Amino acid sequence: MSGLPPYATTGQRIWYYTFRVICGLIFFFLIAPILVIIPLSFNAEDFFTFTPAMLSLDPDGYSLKHYRDFFTNRDWQQSLWNSVTIAPMATLLSVGFGTLAAIGLSQPHVPFRRAIMAILISPMIVPLIISAAGMFFFYSRVGLQGTYWGVVLAHAALGIPFVIITVTATLVGFDRSLTRASASLGADPVTTFFKVQMPLILPGVISGGLFAFITSFDEVVVVLFVGSAGQKTLPWQMFTGLREQISPTILAVATILVAISIVLLATIEILRRRSERLRGMSPS
Amino acid sequence: MSVDGPVLAADGTPLKRSLAKALRREKFRAFMLVAPLLVFILITFVAPIADMLFRSVENSIVRDTIPRTVQALRTWDPEASELPPEATFSAFYTDMVFAEERKQHTRLGTRLNYEKTGISSLFRKSGRRVGRFDTDEYAKAFADLNAAWEDTATFEGLVGNAALPETASAYATWRAVILEDDKDPASEAPWDVVYNALYRDLMQAQSVELTDAMLAEAQAAVATWEPVSISEALIDVDEDWADPEVWKTIQTYAASYTPGYFLNSADLQLTPDGIESRPENERIYITLFQRTLFMSLVITFSTILLGYPVAWLLANLPARHANVLLILVLLPFWTSLLVRTSSWKVLLQQQGVINDLLVWIGLIDDAGRLVMINNQTGTIIAMTHILLPFMILPLYSVMKTIPPSYLRAAKSLGATNWTAFWRVYFPNSVPGIGAGSILVFILAIGYYITPELVGGTQGVFISNRIAYHISSSLNWGLAAALGTVLLAAVLLLYYAYDKVVGIDNVKLGG
Repeated sequence: MSGLPPYATTGQRIWYYTFRVICGLIFFFLIAPILVIIPLSFNAEDFFTFTPAMLSLDPDGYSLKHYRDFFTNRDWQQSLWNSVTIAPMATLLSVGFGTLAAIGLSQPHVPFRRAIMAILISPMIVPLIISAAGMFFFYSRVGLQGTYWGVVLAHAALGIPFVIITVTATLVGFDRSLTRASASLGADPVTTFFKVQMPLILPGVISGGLFAFITSFDEVVVVLFVGSAGQKTLPWQMFTGLREQISPTILAVATILVAISIVLLATIEILRRRSERLRGMSPS
Repeated sequence: MSVDGPVLAADGTPLKRSLAKALRREKFRAFMLVAPLLVFILITFVAPIADMLFRSVENSIVRDTIPRTVQALRTWDPEASELPPEATFSAFYTDMVFAEERKQHTRLGTRLNYEKTGISSLFRKSGRRVGRFDTDEYAKAFADLNAAWEDTATFEGLVGNAALPETASAYATWRAVILEDDKDPASEAPWDVVYNALYRDLMQAQSVELTDAMLAEAQAAVATWEPVSISEALIDVDEDWADPEVWKTIQTYAASYTPGYFLNSADLQLTPDGIESRPENERIYITLFQRTLFMSLVITFSTILLGYPVAWLLANLPARHANVLLILVLLPFWTSLLVRTSSWKVLLQQQGVINDLLVWIGLIDDAGRLVMINNQTGTIIAMTHILLPFMILPLYSVMKTIPPSYLRAAKSLGATNWTAFWRVYFPNSVPGIGAGSILVFILAIGYYITPELVGGTQGVFISNRIAYHISSSLNWGLAAALGTVLLAAVLLLYYAYDKVVGIDNVKLGG
């Protein structure tokens, strides 16, 4: 539907524009809820809706007080700190184990490839509440429940499918004669890996890492059960805030998180295009 | 080298064997790369799931807390006698004294209360009273008979005496309890419950010739004592102990493994008379499962309805425009779930943006603000929004592969727009609908956060009930059973997804 042909009938024209309007409305439905909280987070009042002062664009109707609250409140700062200490460690574990395994899985002869793949992808498929319940039961048995490492291990397990999927996808286009060439020139497997293979699959590894990071950073169900008050992360604090004492600071936090996701999304998109260019595919 | 011999490799081994060896080595190397992750996932993820499956049938608490009672009830036939014999009451008394000391009787009471209401308070009440039963009369009488009976060492010598099984077992448990308390059994006097066991053993062994002089003396003496009725004492604490149903419940749930939790998830219960449905007011799980399925279907259907036109537009626009629009799909996908849920909470509430807007336009008046949150509508709207990208992305990737010339060919052969779409384009896009639907459905039936925050009481899913049983009611067995049922449903769908799409073809972010 790239443009209407000049011979289109009136009916076709009407349908063409109606369809575009419908699609526009659906896009609006997708994006508006995310955009609407941005102005609301600058509300000078403790309301969750636009005040008359805001609608008349009166500067007094806007303020940064909810952001100030976020940056000065001890609960929020503690949860921010917990989030930024848990997520990178979980990401490191997922990326480390995941990249190795993806390279292994991309070899031509792997025994039980399908079964292994099914097990490795399962944390993404099993509902979070079930993973959370199981981990709560099992981690309390082995003494990991309510500890930093318990949460990190749980989040690493949840991030692994994303690393496997993205890295495997990069490896599909990997030319194996490159490693053979490197070996024939005298490089040992470790040198080959770091000098030849790694630079080529790096975009996949990084985007897998970003997926793993966002999985851990946004995750709330598992940490709710596996963690204790000492591991209260940002999403957990938001969840409590939404359920109990709903405060507009949540909107300020949400706006910051939206900004973070925009940055992550842009990074992933750039990496994807770079990877396709490196592999000689034209970016779509 | 002989001409018709096997082909040899450079080092002289047959080429076939040499190749097989190389292949084995390669397989081994590939497997070693995968192994660390496999072990990691098995420990951090698969073991917890297995633990949950185990807990859904595990029931050793009854046997561990009141072992003597379980043993004694094994031979009790509820058909033959109204109440269990005095021996069973006595065994229960012994178990209860030790369970109370270890603070385990309330946990067992809570466990049995899932099957028969009232048992929890019955156990708590009895636990408070068992320490004050009249069995101290036995203790006094034994001490009067011979001061050595106050000495732990005397009982130490009785261990292994075949004529006194109850005494030996009660004394052993008493000793363990004292040691758990970091006290020295030698400097403590045995509790009344041990003397009760001794009395019962000696009464049982009246006809046996006891060689030990002190025992023989006691054997002769006990026959003349006034017996203390444990059953009367227990029934005096609470007359529910005279209700055979209580004993039947204990008997029914004495096994180490029970289907009870699974029956409970299906609104059934295991009673002494077989499987029955639960009382009307306790039947909630079938309704909850039905609601979860129904709402997930509605959500899946809404995402198809909204996702299909958008995917179609994306697939048919020039790549430059499509990429810009795709960002509008990917941004919600990348935005935190909590952010999206909080914005829906802000938008949908009665003093929220949508209601304000509708009042301002004049569609509704201030008194008639719509209730769109804390009910099913709220859950459906918010979850449709949250899961929509998961429908659009697979649809888009399938539609991109349908050549536009198909539609043109259909039209040039005389098909109307509708026929061309319905008979040619739509069937080609069905794999995308299938993949997207299964994905959305799998994600929807296990959702917890969004229904919890915007669902109220009518819009919650089975997962919310699982969470409730883990953190509030502490009925972990039932939580595990409900989780297992949900997991089975998801795995079935996962299998279907694998057949339709293939796990290897899962794509992320366009």
